[in-house]
Amino acid sequence: MPVFLKDLQESYDVIIIGSGLGGLTTANRLAYCGHKVLLLEHHHRLGGLATWFKRRGHIFDISLHGFPYGMVKTCKKYWNKEIMQSIVQLPNIVFNNPQFNLKTTFNKEDFTHLLQTRFGVEASTIKKFFDTVTSMNFYDDQSMTTRELFEEFFPCRSDIHRLLMEPITYANGSTLDDPAITYGIVFSNFMNKGVYTFSGGTDKLIGMMEKELEKNGVTICTKAKVNKILIEKGKVCGVSVDGTTIKATAVVSNSGITNTIFNLTESHHYSDEFLTKAKAVRVNNSSCQVYMGIKKGETIEDVGDLLFTSTADEFDSEELLDLHTKSKTFSIYYPKTRPGHDRYTIVASMNSRYSDWAELTKEQYLAEKESLIDRSIKDLEKYIPGVTEKIDWVEAATPKTFNTYTLHTRGTSFGTKFEGLDVSRSIHKQVGGLFHVGSVGIIMSGWLGAINYGVIVSNDVDSYLRA
Amino acid sequence: MTNEEIKDLVLEIIEDIDDEADFDSLDPDQPLRDQLDLDSMDFLDIVMELRKRHQLQIPEEDYPNLATLNSCVMYLEPLLKDA
Ligand SMILES: Cc1cc2nc3c(=O)[nH]c(=O)nc-3n(C[C@H](O)[C@H](O)[C@H](O)COP(=O)(O)OP(=O)(O)OC[C@H]3O[C@@H](n4cnc5c(N)ncnc54)[C@H](O)[C@@H]3O)c2cc1C
Repeated sequence: MPVFLKDLQESYDVIIIGSGLGGLTTANRLAYCGHKVLLLEHHHRLGGLATWFKRRGHIFDISLHGFPYGMVKTCKKYWNKEIMQSIVQLPNIVFNNPQFNLKTTFNKEDFTHLLQTRFGVEASTIKKFFDTVTSMNFYDDQSMTTRELFEEFFPCRSDIHRLLMEPITYANGSTLDDPAITYGIVFSNFMNKGVYTFSGGTDKLIGMMEKELEKNGVTICTKAKVNKILIEKGKVCGVSVDGTTIKATAVVSNSGITNTIFNLTESHHYSDEFLTKAKAVRVNNSSCQVYMGIKKGETIEDVGDLLFTSTADEFDSEELLDLHTKSKTFSIYYPKTRPGHDRYTIVASMNSRYSDWAELTKEQYLAEKESLIDRSIKDLEKYIPGVTEKIDWVEAATPKTFNTYTLHTRGTSFGTKFEGLDVSRSIHKQVGGLFHVGSVGIIMSGWLGAINYGVIVSNDVDSYLRA
Repeated sequence: MTNEEIKDLVLEIIEDIDDEADFDSLDPDQPLRDQLDLDSMDFLDIVMELRKRHQLQIPEEDYPNLATLNSCVMYLEPLLKDA
């Protein structure tokens, strides 16, 4: 059970600010290593973007659309076997756009087959492409862009570029102009075995993680927003929450990297060179979502688990971000999502720019939200005819919603572009005992990226605490 | 620790990471990564476990020394001689 702020101890070995999957994992690992850990979260529940909400008997998941198979090993090693055992495959991934319509398991075998039979690519080219992407490492040369990678293997094939890129753009906001290695790493993670989900839903996962944290002795305090990280003589010494000071030898911030540097700490603690780098970090795009609940007792046919849909002629990262984009994904949650909870829900997700929504007047904002909902239901009708009549709850989230709940700069859904990784990795060299964890650098984002990054950062923190 | 004990320590840690790891045909001079299907996260686990159990601080630039079972022993022997 979370502890009240007034009941906290005066000092801890390490304080984790934020309970996204990165923060949760760092807390768990460090407690497992024997450190006294305090986890502070501004929201009333844990999970960060790995979250859900309930309306009229519906449970809506925010970021449970799919993750790579690597989660199985990661959850087994860094959480527990029960969590691992709830991971199941989403076998039906659907693409529907003016260039092609197809259904796939989204793994290497099926993609090889599709590229050969539907797109007419030579087997040897496909093999070379897969060999290239699977051998990519984050420390490799970053000068090649994903666009160049695609042009090299599939010149002038905008249809193939779409097949390969569209899902990854939704998964982490990356575009054809980002480094090819970020694409290669994430794409090959998925191609390994396909797309997976957590049976029981996000609420079950976070509940299980909370139990594990308590078992390992982590003190959890929710509704606790950290206002400042306290630094003395170049080293962290604690945090300040609503005027209360809590001491610690190390502080790990799961607040975004830009927030951590520019809002939670003061600039004079960093070198000019570091600040220049930090200022150049571009945050990723935000999202819009429309949550649709199907009336109790009604059913819908199986039309696939995850639908990448678009009426735009070709794939274009800018088009995906447009306020009125013609592209969206539908995640269809059948009763199998939460065994025992006999309900269907549908979530439409779109990439989105914070500035497009932040600049609207209140009336414009509400009108755009209505129009977003209307467009989503209309598009969904194409895949599930008659669904409009079956929906008994609908609401939408915008970049402003994501900003409110996570405090992330411009409501970023997927952390930062590639350059954020180096800044995140080196912050502890600027301020002793200050670490950052959470979505950065494209490759360290998503559920798997955030958890694995939590483990990597835990190693640095453990090393610092034992030095 | 003797070399044999260090070997056992490393294998024990790997077994904790992957309870299905098969050591029967393990060649001590070949990379552990390929033979046991270990990834970079697994090596990080080994480093963390060594720190936890024996207070060893292994800097990142030394990770390549952990590539094979024998190179592990060579690298760890002076560090664990009093353990
Ligand atoms: C719409 C959407 C869909 C997504 N879908 C998927 C998907 O299908 N699969 C997938 O793998 N990934 C998906 N993602 C990405 C994934 O959810 C994130 O990459 C991951 O959950 C981020 O974890 P994190 O550790 O970076 O922390 P976050 O989840 O960003 O959490 C940060 C936490 O820190 C807290 N915090 C911030 N500042 C403070 C402060 N000052 N004091 C106290 N607490 C603070 C916040 O409240 C929050 O809880 C999706 C993301 C979005 C937005």
